[in-house]
Amino acid sequence: MDVDRRGFIKLAGIAFVGLLAAKPIFDVFSRAEAPKIAAETEVSSKIKWGMAIKIGNCKDGCTECITACDNIHNVPDIPDPKHEIKWIWDANYEEVFPEQDSPYIANSLKSLPVLVLCNHCLKPPCCRVCPTGATWKRADGIVMMDYHRCIGCRYCMAGCPYGARSFNWVDPRPYIKTLNPDYPTRTKGVVEKCDFCEERLAKGLIPACVEACTEKVLVFGDLNDPNSDIRKLLATNYSIQRKAELGTGPNIYYVI
Amino acid sequence: MIEKAFTGSRKYWAWILFLLLVIAIGFGYYLLQWFRGLGVTGMSRDVSWGLYIANMTFLVGVAAGAVMVVLPYYLHNYKAFGKVTTFGEFLAVAAVTMCILFVVIDLGQPVRAFNLILHPSPHSILFWDVIVLSVYLLLNLIVGWYLLRSQHYEEPPKAWVKPLILISIPWAISIHTVTAFIYSGLAARPFWLTALMAPRFLASAFAAGPALLIIACLIMKRVANYDVGKEAIQKLAQIVLYATIITVFFLIVEGFTVYYGQVPEDVSHLDYFFVGLSGQTTLVPWIWTCLIFWVAAIALLLVRRTRKNEKTLVLAAALVFIAMWLDKGLGLLVPGFTPSPLGTIVQYLPTVPEILISLMVWAIGLLILTIFYKITIGVKQESGEEESAHAISF
Repeated sequence: MDVDRRGFIKLAGIAFVGLLAAKPIFDVFSRAEAPKIAAETEVSSKIKWGMAIKIGNCKDGCTECITACDNIHNVPDIPDPKHEIKWIWDANYEEVFPEQDSPYIANSLKSLPVLVLCNHCLKPPCCRVCPTGATWKRADGIVMMDYHRCIGCRYCMAGCPYGARSFNWVDPRPYIKTLNPDYPTRTKGVVEKCDFCEERLAKGLIPACVEACTEKVLVFGDLNDPNSDIRKLLATNYSIQRKAELGTGPNIYYVI
Repeated sequence: MIEKAFTGSRKYWAWILFLLLVIAIGFGYYLLQWFRGLGVTGMSRDVSWGLYIANMTFLVGVAAGAVMVVLPYYLHNYKAFGKVTTFGEFLAVAAVTMCILFVVIDLGQPVRAFNLILHPSPHSILFWDVIVLSVYLLLNLIVGWYLLRSQHYEEPPKAWVKPLILISIPWAISIHTVTAFIYSGLAARPFWLTALMAPRFLASAFAAGPALLIIACLIMKRVANYDVGKEAIQKLAQIVLYATIITVFFLIVEGFTVYYGQVPEDVSHLDYFFVGLSGQTTLVPWIWTCLIFWVAAIALLLVRRTRKNEKTLVLAAALVFIAMWLDKGLGLLVPGFTPSPLGTIVQYLPTVPEILISLMVWAIGLLILTIFYKITIGVKQESGEEESAHAISF
């Protein structure tokens, strides 16, 4: 192709304008990190949130903590067990601690309902496997979820040794009993789980499940603070974690 | 060159039309999945990957298997593979395209797929898998197409293609190794947490890929009157034979560690697979079919008479291909998820929409394969000379 001087200047001009128009697109691609949300900057790395659960102290048939969590976080009530969404729920002792199961297990522990939720692991396998950074470990120990970045590949569900993650197989909105307008609902096709009520912690409140429990079964606090209630409880009682042998460093402690 | 795909017999067009019909039906069901969500599949909270990811994993193997013709031909100048190498490369193109489609249809939010590139996460194996698969697709597309083009225009291929061919060989190993690492690094799933995963994947890949190539070559001989030669087919049959034997050996090795070691969690997954667990036996016929197919195929390929006979050879290749699909597809996925971390057994059965959507992806792959093979046959029959005449030597 032959280009004269005039033609060259014309082409160069068009190319320059084109580049200017493309700049916002380049900006998006060259951005090293996602823009930080306001709350993120206030998170202290000095804090390490954790929870202790006193096994066997629940009132018979009480589900106050589960109901409180479900209502506040718009967790849908989907009848099909295959499509269920669970943030905090209960399972039998033998299922929660398969390595503790034996033919002569104490009567008080046999089929005892034990609360389970995300362990907010020290080294969370879910965050390691996530291909988009849609789930990540915050400085204060909370394993967070970004429902807008999640592509729904469900690799995190394969990676979680606790079955703590739920996927929205269907649109969850029709199954929400009473909508809480202060907390986002989710769309179909994304993964969700317990976030230790980070939205309440930001306001200085304790997690909803802890607040709802009348029997003080759930103890929430800063594991880095030796004077916190949770540290005092753990210092004076025998406690176990779920599948600690996998090296995930779960931050939910079960006090026997 | 591409015009060769637009001229064909009535049978050729009937086959194309059939594939388009399967694609259209599957696409209708994909729209259903798009609007209703992945709830239209049989997957659940406990078995959260199913038929889609199973097919993806298996097809990565088929794609990697193409290296079994590329390596002897280019690196060891094994002339008999002169006519099949291009078919091997285009087989890889079709298989990798299917892999990528299977990943996309498995996403809960497919419109956000590019978050993989926007937010690159080197700590995630899935991120690396997408990278290696895309590059492998490009490598095979460029090398296969360029060499065919050189043959068409009867000009010697330029030197820049050599490094691409060289890279494509270890790259084939990498795609299946990385795919195995998706599974074998998960402490949560004892069934997958084994260092043998990548070698097992590779062995089965080197059986499944060439097995499909044998079937394709014998079909071409019949419908397109294009013969790649007895020696090439027989060599491929030997490769399939030994790769199948190694696959079975690896399974025995895996089984020994689990059953002699008796670690309860490991045993529970394999039990679910081989004999059933707590009365749940859905997968048991699955694995036993696979085992029978393996043994039958090995027998057919070992005996000289049945290996030389094209009818029994096609049967053996089909048995290997199906058995590998059973083993590395749902046979890998479902026992990995069952029992769940809380010890529960949730049944997984693919639904009709799920099966038809999967068939859509297979039909797209076969369509790509048919078009590429049609062009390749056209070029090769036209130039009418041995490809080795202007083969690249290293």
